[in-house]
Amino acid sequence: MRLGLVVDLDSCVGCHGCATACKQWNTSGTIGPLSDKAPYGRNPNGAWLNRIRTYEVDDSPNSKTVHMPMSCMHCDDAACVTVCPTGASYKRSEDGIVLVDQDKCMGCNLCSWACPYGARELDPQEGTMKKCTLCVDRIYDEKLPEDERKPACVMTCPTKSRVFGDFDDPNSEVSKLVRERAGKQLLPELGYNPVNTYLPPRNKPVVEQYQPASLKDTVKGWVNKVISR
Amino acid sequence: MHPAFSVLVFTVMSGAGYGLITLMVLGHMSGFAPQEDSVLIGGGVLALVMITVGLLSSTLHLANPKNAWRSFSRFKTSWLSREAVFAVLFYPFTLIYLAGVWFQGVEVGTFVALCGLVSAVLAMVTLFCTSMIYASLKTIRQWNSSLTPVNYIALGLMSGSLLLAAVQALVAGELAAVQLQMAMGLLVLGAVVKVVYLFWIGKPAGSTIKTATGFTQASVRLLDQGHTSNGFLNNEFGYTVEANKLVRLRLLMLALAFVMPFLLLLAASSALTVIAALLVIAGLLVERWLFFAEARHVVRLFHGDQRT
Ligand code: SF4
Ligand code: SF4
Ligand code: SF4
Repeated sequence: MRLGLVVDLDSCVGCHGCATACKQWNTSGTIGPLSDKAPYGRNPNGAWLNRIRTYEVDDSPNSKTVHMPMSCMHCDDAACVTVCPTGASYKRSEDGIVLVDQDKCMGCNLCSWACPYGARELDPQEGTMKKCTLCVDRIYDEKLPEDERKPACVMTCPTKSRVFGDFDDPNSEVSKLVRERAGKQLLPELGYNPVNTYLPPRNKPVVEQYQPASLKDTVKGWVNKVISR
Repeated sequence: MHPAFSVLVFTVMSGAGYGLITLMVLGHMSGFAPQEDSVLIGGGVLALVMITVGLLSSTLHLANPKNAWRSFSRFKTSWLSREAVFAVLFYPFTLIYLAGVWFQGVEVGTFVALCGLVSAVLAMVTLFCTSMIYASLKTIRQWNSSLTPVNYIALGLMSGSLLLAAVQALVAGELAAVQLQMAMGLLVLGAVVKVVYLFWIGKPAGSTIKTATGFTQASVRLLDQGHTSNGFLNNEFGYTVEANKLVRLRLLMLALAFVMPFLLLLAASSALTVIAALLVIAGLLVERWLFFAEARHVVRLFHGDQRT
């Protein structure tokens, strides 16, 4: 199994709901707490496992606002795991999930340097590395109803822009989406082979722009209207 | 990259210490350098102090040092783990060698000589592992090059050679021509290696905001990073220095670490040699600071940088 997420950049509205749900679930999950420093101060700072950034792509009149949520991509070739000197970071062979053993991490930051996607953040209080767990404590929980055995971010997304599944299964929803919508990996040139895949926005017709007419044309059009009556 | 002071001190001090012990042992074994046991002991103790201070300083940047002992456990994959293992392995061999010199004088037995050679090799291997921690990161193009280990080893040997000449001046009271020539040769080598590196990182290369976001056929600009104040990623990777300050610091580095020590060594005076050694250490601290400050991690692309 290669578990991961597909994120649809066409429908994501940048509401930050997934990031908030992620923080809420995981702060009391297996790698919790996710501490904050000065949460009500002037410069709040804390560990989040999911961040949403907003870009403007292309130039007017073709420009488009794109919201890009990013969490750990659970890379096939995860250098964050190989650089870790303590063995705290590891990749599970059964499903490909990359995790940090909080009892072993010494907080050297090296894995966050090795990660191209900014997926790892040091907990300011605990001094250990935090990252997306793919909600490993939800997806296998047999006490949850079957359709809730999904990551918290996927459950909460109001536009269903996040899809969870097995990329090794060619008939899974994620594999079909990647095939049909030409899913893309970020920074493919670095060779990490990220599992999470992004569906590019669909091309939409260019909005016609209002073209102001010259004074002469405006008067002419107005006169023509009056005369034709 | 944010230059953490503890890491600057660690890499400069331990690099100089490893360079010193290597050159000293090789000089002793080959019989080139003047043979005095007081110089060997003095140099050995200085190297051990610098390496130990460096290693202790490196643990200061750990956020959870109580697990530091676990860092020996991933020798197979992690350069940091390899560095830790070799750094510890280095101690017994060096201590046996120095004890041998202490008790037997310059004419040491085969076993002690062997331990000395092993400690010289381990010193270079440890320095190489340190440099590979940085050189192996594909995320930082300014580090991901064979120039990084070449720089670390050349500058380690260079600062070690000046320390050796300074120890000779202080302990034996007179300079040795071989050591001065070696120090001057290594200063030239170090300067060449550093200038090549500076030219190399100046060439545009690497990932861009387009490959980072996947929109390779259009321009991409950051509108909002998603949080109002800086987080871990901003603090760790967002470190930016103004271009004119960088130029000034590069000149300061070249003057302190290479040009001034070289001119001081030309005078062939004991006092000036000691000053030259101190200048090199100060210059290399600037050099290491720049090594970090000029390194641009790819995460910066997601925060709006157009290229690395
Ligand atoms: S996204 Fe980063 S943290 Fe996650 S597996 Fe890849 S390299 Fe590691
Ligand atoms: S911060 Fe923790 S998980 Fe990351 S490399 Fe260091 S010890 Fe490993
Ligand atoms: S899968 Fe879970 S841990 Fe990962 S971003 Fe989503 S909610 Fe957070």
